Amino acid sequence: MTGPSLGPRAPGALESIQSSARPRPRGGVGAGRIGSWIIFLVGVIYFFLPLVATLAFSLRLQPFGQAYRNVLNDDPAFASSLIYSLFIGIVTIVISTLLIVPTAYWVRLRLPRVRPYVEFVTLLPFVIPPVILVFALLRAYSGGPLPLTVTDQGLNVLVVAAYVILSFPYMYRAIDSGLRAIDIRTLTEAAQSMGAGWGRILWAVILPNVRVALISGAFLTLAIVIGEYTIASFLVRPAFGPYLSLLGHDRAFEPAAVSIISFGLTWLAMGIIALLGRSSRQSVQVAGAR
Amino acid sequence: MTVAPAAQNARGALPARPGRRFSTAWLGVVPFFLFSALFMVLPVGVLLAGSFEDPVSGAPTIQNYIDLSEPNIVEAYGTSIEISLVTAVVGGFFGFLLAYAVILGGLPRIFRTLLMTFSGVASNFAGVPLALAFTFTLGFQGLATKFLADNLGIDLYGKAIGFSLYTKLGLEIVYLYFQFPLMVLIMAPAIDGLKREWREASENLGASPREYWQHVALPILTPTLLGTMILLFGNSFGAQATAYQLTSGSIPLVTLLISNQISGDVFHNIGLGYALAMGMVVVMAVAIGIYARLQRTSERWLRS
Repeated sequence: MTGPSLGPRAPGALESIQSSARPRPRGGVGAGRIGSWIIFLVGVIYFFLPLVATLAFSLRLQPFGQAYRNVLNDDPAFASSLIYSLFIGIVTIVISTLLIVPTAYWVRLRLPRVRPYVEFVTLLPFVIPPVILVFALLRAYSGGPLPLTVTDQGLNVLVVAAYVILSFPYMYRAIDSGLRAIDIRTLTEAAQSMGAGWGRILWAVILPNVRVALISGAFLTLAIVIGEYTIASFLVRPAFGPYLSLLGHDRAFEPAAVSIISFGLTWLAMGIIALLGRSSRQSVQVAGAR
Repeated sequence: MTVAPAAQNARGALPARPGRRFSTAWLGVVPFFLFSALFMVLPVGVLLAGSFEDPVSGAPTIQNYIDLSEPNIVEAYGTSIEISLVTAVVGGFFGFLLAYAVILGGLPRIFRTLLMTFSGVASNFAGVPLALAFTFTLGFQGLATKFLADNLGIDLYGKAIGFSLYTKLGLEIVYLYFQFPLMVLIMAPAIDGLKREWREASENLGASPREYWQHVALPILTPTLLGTMILLFGNSFGAQATAYQLTSGSIPLVTLLISNQISGDVFHNIGLGYALAMGMVVVMAVAIGIYARLQRTSERWLRS
């Protein structure tokens, strides 16, 4: 499998045998390596075939690239929905940051006892799927003291609120691991001794120190928000997900072009996270399914 | 900043009086909990309360939960659970093999970096674009479908094979696209966490590689393996957009039933819709709960 069988030997003899028998400490040999190649190739085919097919489909409309031109030049809904989703995504990130950074910092500094509760709440979005969350929001805010579903602005508030909730697990984990890497107690005391207030400590000391973690959480949130369909469609928002869904039912080649663009955007967001993750040694996080 | 006033008070307090410091420091986490309550806990509480109410009279009842035994609802739960189980086990198994292949299988190191980056993207490539991509691949007019028919004479949609992307099997193939990479992303660090000393120790004691895997590596990895499969289960159990886009609701899934209930009261019983939603939350809570438990167990082993 992954190395020749050595059998019982004296511990001293092992060292030399091992180093000669296994030039690569964790490398495989023979059949094991062929098996690895087969598995890897099957994985590559499965991963890339849908992308290749979508790309081929998007280029089938003649003249070359016409499907992309149709979308980019002649379909105002493409740009407007993408801009709407980007805008909602950015607002989501700002609010999520304002809620999570002070909370995570405060819990680490002063309220370690509250930590399990905060962690529990940030994990709840995994337990409550988007379709249930939007169901609940629609029921809770369609009447009563806060009838948010009645107006356009109210629905915008709800969609941002729902996305902020969805971002909690990623933002909290990213920022909390960022805070773990720095000595917040010493930094806080140093800042205090120079007369900084709490707002200034958070803004000028803590935030710059968790920058990398924050940005990776932010891009993951952006990737989720831009493609999100369920919540946006039930709240009747002119977002990118519902737009692509409608296009997929109405047209043939244009949805392929938009899917490729959407995949490109996801790739960009994840690429930035991977790049940042490499320099900061933080693990890359993943979003749930939609 | 929202915590400023509370924090200002707390600073003056001495550590010797933890009681007082604690009470004011509490205010610092109020915005977070308030927001969560307003936009998550209370709304779901509305569903929960409604699920125990008679929709007409408002009297407390458990009738809504008894009504969950209607055949189409039982079928939806069955199908959702079946698809989630199949994709969790298959995705988990191949995801593990793939992670193993690139880490310990002797492939060039560059493949590992590529796979990890790609998995990060693929696990996020879900929903509408994913459903569309598979329509272009294995749909009736899809590239792969056409290729097989024109060049190899294999008609996937013909009577002999009877494949369709818009069925349970089709949906499972599509779901695997985000299940797989998630497994790779979680298993890779776990496989990496297997310490060299453990392997060397078992070899010193005369274990074959097979025995090492059977008695050392796999038992250590099992909590992560099981936990991740349960996470995958929850992942596909809660998915809605992909299935909706692909099948327009022709496959009975719990998420799609709930969608229909939101769009227009298809059960003519709001209370039943609430009970349906709460049933789903219970399944997800059990899955995530087990996952969190197993994760803690595996972290104890794999912490470096």
